[in-house]
Amino acid sequence: MNVLNEWAFIGLFAVMAPVFPALPIVIAWLFRPRKPNVLKSSTYECGVETIGDTWVQFRVQYYIYGLIFLVFDVEMVFLFPWAVAYNEMSLFGFVAGFLFIFLLTDALFYAWKKNALDWK
Amino acid sequence: MEELCTGLCTILVESGADAGLALFLSLLVGVLLVSGVPLITVILLIWIERKVAARIQDRIGPNRVGPVGLLQTIADMIKLLSKEDITPTAADRILYNAAPLVSFASVVLLWAVIPFTPFHYGVDLEIGALYFVAIASFGTLAIMAAGWASNNKYALLGAFRVVALLVSYEVPLVFALLVPVLLAGSMSLVDIVNAQNGMWFVVLSPLAFVIFYISSQAETGRAPFDLIEAESELVAGFNIEYSGMKFGMFFAAEFLHVFTNGIIMAILFFGGWMGPLYYESPLIAFAWLGAKGGLIYLTTLWLRNTVPRLRIDQIMAFNWKFLVPLSIANLIVVSFVLKVMQELGMAPRDILSAGFGELLPTTIILLLFNGAMIFYLLGILRKRGREARRESQAARAEFAQTAHVAGH
Repeated sequence: MNVLNEWAFIGLFAVMAPVFPALPIVIAWLFRPRKPNVLKSSTYECGVETIGDTWVQFRVQYYIYGLIFLVFDVEMVFLFPWAVAYNEMSLFGFVAGFLFIFLLTDALFYAWKKNALDWK
Repeated sequence: MEELCTGLCTILVESGADAGLALFLSLLVGVLLVSGVPLITVILLIWIERKVAARIQDRIGPNRVGPVGLLQTIADMIKLLSKEDITPTAADRILYNAAPLVSFASVVLLWAVIPFTPFHYGVDLEIGALYFVAIASFGTLAIMAAGWASNNKYALLGAFRVVALLVSYEVPLVFALLVPVLLAGSMSLVDIVNAQNGMWFVVLSPLAFVIFYISSQAETGRAPFDLIEAESELVAGFNIEYSGMKFGMFFAAEFLHVFTNGIIMAILFFGGWMGPLYYESPLIAFAWLGAKGGLIYLTTLWLRNTVPRLRIDQIMAFNWKFLVPLSIANLIVVSFVLKVMQELGMAPRDILSAGFGELLPTTIILLLFNGAMIFYLLGILRKRGREARRESQAARAEFAQTAHVAGH
């Protein structure tokens, strides 16, 4: 199988994968009872009538974690090729990788010192 | 799978079919074969999980339908088929309906790259490890969509927590994943298994396995990281508003994800299909992979049913202040030791073809370093635990005193 076919396989898999869960849902759609009423299709929440808007402002801490994650996510993408080629590199390969990881770990410790990692 | 597809393709072309159509059909057969494995196992998994949980909680578990309750899942599926499917009027219809599909599909998609035996796999992608990370994050997306689209405060709170939790634990997960990739010098999962011919990677770097294990438990949202669907706080978490088969799909996806992670760990750290006589027959190789993955899966069930839930601040602090620095330190130590040994000529440069004897010195030194790190860590953890205990005792004593004063 050549490279193109490999990705054709993945592509076909990606198209087929949602079909498997969709199938039982469609079958259920054929059999299930349908008796909606106003109360039933209102938001359940915890049983009590809902108060106010749901899509509210969220805690800023979630956003800060997202930002820190972004730094590492990009870093990891760059580290994969480094790891694959690692066995063929000399000691300099380690030094280069170490410097790269160190610079970004530095950012983690900075965030730590600024109390950005604490749940407030 | 490769031979099967090309074989089928040639047969179809010879019998007069169009080349493009023949290729499509043979690929489709391959896809159905590979995806059949997770779809069949998930039926069994639900039964295993319920039985194990029951035994741990000193119950019997499902035992009415079929022999020892084996057909319970089928009965449940039939029940779910007859359940009314309610879509709240306030929900975002498109996202609401797409979320269960994406959730289940993301887990099934992982199986495209899993090598069952040396010759039986969907595809051997050159970036298999990266593909695993990429597809696994789709599950996060689905849970977030479900929580947001439900238009339900508890579901939304669950979704917030999921994003924070899953995104955070992806960092140590990938840093731990980099260790097998680095050792094998390849991202292809088949190459990673072949590289463990001499020595399993769990022996070369047990710490990486422990980090990967903890983070993948968090990725599946299982206890002690189950605050996604903390029943006592969030009613049911992100899937409150779902009913019938759509709820069933979330349920099945979670169960399958746990088992898939077990298989992935067996491939990355325990030599996948490697074992006595694996070259004799693909069935033996497949059985070895299943046995290793199943064993790891059972330990995750054990963990799930034993430990209590953590608070979100504890989970976040544990990840960012402990697991992430640890996984980075582990990567640096492993790569440093390996490079120094390679420069000294004590470790092979090509681990893919290195045998047990060649890898022995590397293994011993790496194990020593890993052991030293684990010893040091346990010291830190013990010290922190003692401090935390003292603090809570002091707080309790203070509370008791104020209560005493208030009482009088």
